[in-house]
Amino acid sequence: MFRVRTPEGIEFSQPIASPVLRLLAVSIDFGIILLCVELIQIPLTLLRVLSADTAQAIAFLAAFVIEIGYGIALEWRQKGQTIGKRVVKIRVAHGAGSKLLLSQIVMRNLLRVVDHLPFFYAVGGLAALADRQGRRLGDIAAGTVVVRIPKPRLPPLEAAATEKYNSLRDCQTLTARLRQEVTPELADAALQAVQRRASLSPEARLRIFSELAARFQSLVPIPEEVVRSLSKERLVFNVVDVLFYGEKKS
Amino acid sequence: MILDLDKFIRRETPFWEELQSFVRELERDPHARLDFDRLQRFHYLYERAAGGLGKLATYSLRPETSDWLEQLVAAAHAEIQDGNRLQSRFSFKDWFFRVWPATVMRHWRALLLSAGIMLAGSFFGAVVLLVDPAAKGDLIPEGFSHLRGDPSERVAGEESRKSSGEEGKKWNSSFSAKLMTHNTQVAVFALCLGITWGIGTILALFYNGVILGAVALDYAAAGETVFLLGWLLPHGIVEIPAFLIAGQGGLLLAGAVVGWRNPYSLSARMRLLLPKLVTILCGVALMLIWAGLVESFLSQDHEPQLPYAAKIAFGLAEAVVLAGFFAHFGRRNLEEEQAERPFHSSEPKKPKR
Repeated sequence: MFRVRTPEGIEFSQPIASPVLRLLAVSIDFGIILLCVELIQIPLTLLRVLSADTAQAIAFLAAFVIEIGYGIALEWRQKGQTIGKRVVKIRVAHGAGSKLLLSQIVMRNLLRVVDHLPFFYAVGGLAALADRQGRRLGDIAAGTVVVRIPKPRLPPLEAAATEKYNSLRDCQTLTARLRQEVTPELADAALQAVQRRASLSPEARLRIFSELAARFQSLVPIPEEVVRSLSKERLVFNVVDVLFYGEKKS
Repeated sequence: MILDLDKFIRRETPFWEELQSFVRELERDPHARLDFDRLQRFHYLYERAAGGLGKLATYSLRPETSDWLEQLVAAAHAEIQDGNRLQSRFSFKDWFFRVWPATVMRHWRALLLSAGIMLAGSFFGAVVLLVDPAAKGDLIPEGFSHLRGDPSERVAGEESRKSSGEEGKKWNSSFSAKLMTHNTQVAVFALCLGITWGIGTILALFYNGVILGAVALDYAAAGETVFLLGWLLPHGIVEIPAFLIAGQGGLLLAGAVVGWRNPYSLSARMRLLLPKLVTILCGVALMLIWAGLVESFLSQDHEPQLPYAAKIAFGLAEAVVLAGFFAHFGRRNLEEEQAERPFHSSEPKKPKR
């Protein structure tokens, strides 16, 4: 995770893009650059009939401009994304959480010549492995970091709403402790389990809900009289209900 | 403390969506400016969303909503901190006559060092060739095969062509384009090698100096100094300074990476330097485009088609214009900057310990 703390004391984080995703994006971009350079040859074939010299000059310049300008132009216009990065859902971000500057984009792209040494991103790859934020030399110099783009939409509010009586709600201390102790990952896993329970096989369903119930009980000891009459699945239902639906349900 | 998460999210969602529409509007138009009331509203929504994020994070629940809100706060923060929006639109005239020469002249020590390294390389190349003439093949790379042979033979060959001429001119444009792109790549590489603590840049400058020194001595020893000047000066008088300026950029980059006796962090040092490096590189590219055109369309023509005196005079005129350009616009802009900001240096002051 790449964390940013603003001067106002606000903290937010963005997930770092993995080397595999970055390599995939680079490969896609490399293919696109090659394709563009080849496509330029088509109109130049016609021009070659009139002036072979001019056609050759344009071919040299176009290849150079495409190779150097592809990453710079797209990252500048597309908020840190080339086509390859867009496909694998990653983008370049400012190391301080601000908006990317053109100078940063230019330098991180030009410094590829050093990251490329001595062959296909060997220096850049080693630098990325050594850096905590997985940055190649170009990113370190430009003060940028490549991050994954999480889900773009605000998720709907529907959850595992239940109209049944929830015995956990009778104990306010218990519900408060559950909300404090349960991690987001565990809460999300429980919500997913509840939402997808119909698609699970009976054995898997039994095992998953048993494990989740055990995890909840290990985090917050739930009194015996509260859980006595509840199945493991019902207990997980009730915990999810408490976690995601607050104190009182309409 | 959030008592009812569902209610909290329902209550806040309209504010978050309004903030999202602000962010989208600003992202769509990089030059868009908000009036004061809307600016205040934008800032209020940002602070409210940030507060909401803090509450959600404390509760560690609904990770999807937290992630989404985190992205929204990050995007709003980026727009609020967007320094580009305060800057006026780019003006090439302003950049060419003010920013670029001033940037080069402001760091004249790095330029001098770059020139010194190349000069040392030239001296080394000349001395090695003087001591061991057989080393020419080792000093001059294979890519410059026309420079590895006997200078007098080459001159005789060039001058005997009726016109360097009929065959050569057929490919002037493509040769020019090839020179521009190749030289720009070499200059970019020399600058970028600054990130290797400057070692790469120093080696690149020195090695190019070695080739230059060896070639110069070889032609001078063969009595072909006039040919050499006539061939080299028209494009070299721009190409060599362009390479020196790229070396200057590389040394500045090395200085920022090493950070010797500099109290700022690497990221702070780089933040100050990056716009200057981009300015230097763009200027170098312009110089190399000119040098490529001259090398292709003028430097390859020799006597009797084109008198060497005319070519040398052209080269010297370029030197005067180039030196005058940097001396006049570089110095004038430095003085203007100092007059405008008498109490501020161009770099931030050292923080008090």
